[in-house]
Amino acid sequence: MRFAVLIGGLLLAAQALAIDTGGAFEDPAEQERYERLIRDLRCLVCQNQSIADSNATLASDLRREVRELMIAGQSDDQIRVFMTDRYGDFVLYRPPVKPRTWLLWSAPVLLLLGGIGIAVFVVARRVRAAQANPAALDEEPEQR
Amino acid sequence: MKIPVRFVVPAIVFAALVGFFIVGLRLNPGEIQSPLIGKPAPAFSLESLGDPSSKVSSTDFSGQAWLLNVWATWCAGCRQEHETLLAIARENRVPMLGLNWRDDRALASRWLAQLGNPYVSVAFDPEGRTAIDWGVYGAPETFLIAADGTVLQKHIGTMSLAVWERDFVPLLAPAGEG
Repeated sequence: MRFAVLIGGLLLAAQALAIDTGGAFEDPAEQERYERLIRDLRCLVCQNQSIADSNATLASDLRREVRELMIAGQSDDQIRVFMTDRYGDFVLYRPPVKPRTWLLWSAPVLLLLGGIGIAVFVVARRVRAAQANPAALDEEPEQR
Repeated sequence: MKIPVRFVVPAIVFAALVGFFIVGLRLNPGEIQSPLIGKPAPAFSLESLGDPSSKVSSTDFSGQAWLLNVWATWCAGCRQEHETLLAIARENRVPMLGLNWRDDRALASRWLAQLGNPYVSVAFDPEGRTAIDWGVYGAPETFLIAADGTVLQKHIGTMSLAVWERDFVPLLAPAGEG
């Protein structure tokens, strides 16, 4: 029971935006949109934090910009373009898919395919070795 | 003696990784290429640091190349580069405009009075809005703007005469000097 309370408390704490001083939006949907936007923007000073996580001055300035652009009726894409026009794609935690990032985005699939290829190759070789010499099944296949 | 393939392949993979690490560790993650290079300089019109009633704007030097130096009294690198800025100002090749970023007016004025003032004029940006338009994320930063108003060069971090001579001076002649 105590453990469940502890886990529950930790989960709640993960939702807290303690450093944001701007106050919440009245519309919960807008607040959710705001939190999603600032979670996807990188703080340029402390590069492994989003501007939602960082309490650097620049992060709070950028949160203020996001808030003001939202109030001015800008779309998510317009806000992202505002940021990339000034800070480049690096400010986005999700890099855009374009020729320069094709390798980046396809890397997981390529690595997976490479892994499958190696596995197929190794298994096929062991099968062949076992068929050629069934008595050696328990030995290392390389010791043919 | 023949070296088996199963030793060669891991060795090649290892060597490739070492190569990536050697290159990667030499890169400075603090230096992010500015998307502003080659684009028109963001416009601003801000209160002058020394005189709140007068304005300093991005069009003050239109028709000639100029420098924009982002600085603040809380910024250690700005203190380090101040002598260099004074030396560049003494060269008198290109006017330097200061952007005082998220600072205190009295402290900043005292800084210039005590250390010397390399700037033709200083724009006061206490809320950091103009700094965001210029993609500033860490002072000091120095921009070179061409006579036609496009951003030619940006240096992030402390300016030195070596950087000045290498990255800025060669751009000055076509930028509208002479």
